[in-house]
Amino acid sequence: MAEEREPPPLGDVGQADFVEVEDGEDLFVSTVTTIEQLSPTTPEPSCLPAEDISTNSNGPKQEILLDDDQEDLFAEATEEVSLDSPEREPILSDGPSPAITPVTPTVIITPRAEASMFDRSLDEDEDTEENGDTFDMQITVSDPEKVGDGMNAYMAYKVTTKTSLNLFSRNEFSVKRRFSDFLGLHSKLASKYMHIGYIVPPAPEKSIVGMTKVKVGKEDLSSAEFVEKRRSALQRYLTRTVTHPALLKDPDVIQFLENTELPRAVSTQALSGAGILRMVNKAAEAVNKMTIKMNESDAWFEEKQQQFENLDIQLRKLHASVESLVCHRKELSVNTASFAKSAAMLGNSEDHTALSRALSQLAEVEEKIDQLHQEQAYADFYLFSELLGDYVRLIAAVKGVFDQRMKTWSKWQDAQLLLQRKREAETKLQYANKPDKLQQAKDEIKEWETKVQQGERDFEQISKNIRQEVGRFELIKYWEAFLPEAKAIA
Amino acid sequence: MDASNKESALNVNASSIKISDVSQDGDMLTFAITSQNLSGSGGVCVFRTYEDFIWLQQSLFSQEDVPELQGVIFPPLPDKPLPSHSHTQAKVLKQLGFLSLGDKWQIYCKALELYLQQVAAHTLLSKNKELYNFLSSSESPGKQRSKKGIFNRLSQVMEEMRKEGHKDVDEFFQSERDKTTNLSVLFKVATEKFLEVVLTKQKLALACGHFSTSLHLCVNQENADAVAFSKICLKLSDIIETMKRNFEKVSDNDMSTLGLGLELESRYQEAKREMLFRRTCRLVELDNANKNVDRAKPNKKAHMEEVQKATQKEFNLISSVAKQEIVHYHRTRVQVLRDFLIDWCEKQLSTAQESSTLFSQYLEACKGLAV
Repeated sequence: MAEEREPPPLGDVGQADFVEVEDGEDLFVSTVTTIEQLSPTTPEPSCLPAEDISTNSNGPKQEILLDDDQEDLFAEATEEVSLDSPEREPILSDGPSPAITPVTPTVIITPRAEASMFDRSLDEDEDTEENGDTFDMQITVSDPEKVGDGMNAYMAYKVTTKTSLNLFSRNEFSVKRRFSDFLGLHSKLASKYMHIGYIVPPAPEKSIVGMTKVKVGKEDLSSAEFVEKRRSALQRYLTRTVTHPALLKDPDVIQFLENTELPRAVSTQALSGAGILRMVNKAAEAVNKMTIKMNESDAWFEEKQQQFENLDIQLRKLHASVESLVCHRKELSVNTASFAKSAAMLGNSEDHTALSRALSQLAEVEEKIDQLHQEQAYADFYLFSELLGDYVRLIAAVKGVFDQRMKTWSKWQDAQLLLQRKREAETKLQYANKPDKLQQAKDEIKEWETKVQQGERDFEQISKNIRQEVGRFELIKYWEAFLPEAKAIA
Repeated sequence: MDASNKESALNVNASSIKISDVSQDGDMLTFAITSQNLSGSGGVCVFRTYEDFIWLQQSLFSQEDVPELQGVIFPPLPDKPLPSHSHTQAKVLKQLGFLSLGDKWQIYCKALELYLQQVAAHTLLSKNKELYNFLSSSESPGKQRSKKGIFNRLSQVMEEMRKEGHKDVDEFFQSERDKTTNLSVLFKVATEKFLEVVLTKQKLALACGHFSTSLHLCVNQENADAVAFSKICLKLSDIIETMKRNFEKVSDNDMSTLGLGLELESRYQEAKREMLFRRTCRLVELDNANKNVDRAKPNKKAHMEEVQKATQKEFNLISSVAKQEIVHYHRTRVQVLRDFLIDWCEKQLSTAQESSTLFSQYLEACKGLAV
């Protein structure tokens, strides 16, 4: 049982889950229990229904797959297990890992889960569900501190986690992290989960200009702004990451939050070899995207893709408008300040006392107005603009996931094609009557058949994951969008 | 004839002069000027173009028989109104400043109106019979006298630099000259800065408009989830729209009151400076005449002395007129500026109150928006 508690590394999770399944006599029962235990880990009301959906879509499939490979599960066949476990792990870990079960004291939404088991009712869940959860985890990023000097300086941020989840060894702890650590975490998560179809929240962007200013030590408004902007972006990033149930259990994430010392993530440097490699990869992917033409058989995907395209365009426009608004506000405050100064000068030189007084007062008023404008500009900036920027990036991540799906599909198709050819080759060989070559061909066919199957399974898997991810995504987004707006207007 | 003309000139009620309308025909602007008699019996409406105004200004300048005219601070005529096309926008803005802003030349008309009112209210200038013709004759006045424009300017600038530093005999005038030089610069700077503030507000209004429209486009009724989002978007769009209108109104208020006031003041300061300069020129002349008298050969002496006496007399006359003018100017300008400032404050206050009620309504509505 101890091994269940520990956040197991990727490969082993499968086994831990297998253990649990092993224990459960009735497969279906164990599935249900995992569903029940699912609910506590949802972070926000809006997420809850999504989890239900995941179980909904997982439920039947989960059973089927487990049934099929029951023999495999209990055999100690290493080959098979390692092949399957990456697939297995995401499925089962949608149910919370057994590690979390003991902790959560909360509401078990059994009746609803059962009722809506086979049906994907996103909408009504969202509307009716209020607060039935305790996702107990709060992350704050604070205290940006400049460490070091000159061009080697960097900002260290304090990451404080308050949680009652048993995933972590303590209830409240904090560590010091720097920006490249965050980027390292993101790249690790992306490489692990993107190709399976999870939407990994994007990390804040690198800004060479901003960081150079900070490094050089310019104590002016823009660098303070930059640091503040980055701090809040990092906080949002971490919160989003832990909100995702699968990512939360990821050992890297836990290590990130808990460990005092973290190995330096060098591959995140902008100008390093790894950085350039990344850029080349991105370019290659972009070209690939254009050449792969996918036969969209699933209407749901088509619709969602379209929706996301639209949303992306809208959000980009909004973001641009807000940026320009913020920019103009800043300009206004600058201009008001200079007008205030010139009015003050006038007030000083003016003979007529009353007029002079009036002009000086005008100067003061204008200065106050200027302050007000500045504050408003900052408020707008932090709330709208940042959030919109985040969403634009999130959508880019979503698109990335869709693209992964396309890639998987194309791999599958390629594998099928190759299999076809191998079969043809085999038939030819049969006619030509060359027994050894025949055997070889048969082996190759077998190999390719497995590959095809795997491709197909991958594809199914990724599609399923995407569906559920998108479900989660939409709901969170609407909640998040509403809150700051309400605050801003107030 | 003269007497009756004089009477009719004074007969016009200065404050009743209004520019009721302006029409634009290509590049040409035509102003409709209405005025009423003092007795309130009759009103007259005439149509004038900018060229006619220039003619009026020149005829005011060139009254030969009134030497004291030199000591008069001439109410400043606004610059030529160039309708702004997109490529001339910046130039027009630079030249006319606040006067080029606003709907349909509103502010420019107000400035012209003030100009006419000031001319008509002026004790000396209102006696000019050309003014009467300008205001009441239905046919357009004569063409411009001469195109002295540019050359006059250039030589004037050279002269200015030479004579500006000429020490004055009178304490009062010296201090006036110094103050004016100082103040006119400051007022100009203040006007420019204020113009920038107003322009930025207008830009903000535009940006708000864009934001509001893009929010509007986010509306998506198909999806059930999206409905809540769309409602929020629409609400926000309305709010930003209100913000935009607020900004527009605020900048309008700015323009029509304080902007105009500052603009006027800086131009008037310029006019005062010009007057003082003219006086200084006279002073220089007088000094020269004095020197000539001292240096003159006996046969010329009498002539020189006459010239000297004439110049002296003229100078004294101008100085006395100038003094009066300056005193009067100080009084009135404070009043004018004060009126403009009060107007500005009141308008901004009322706009702000309106906006605040609107915004609190929106706040209530948003709080009630169930998600």
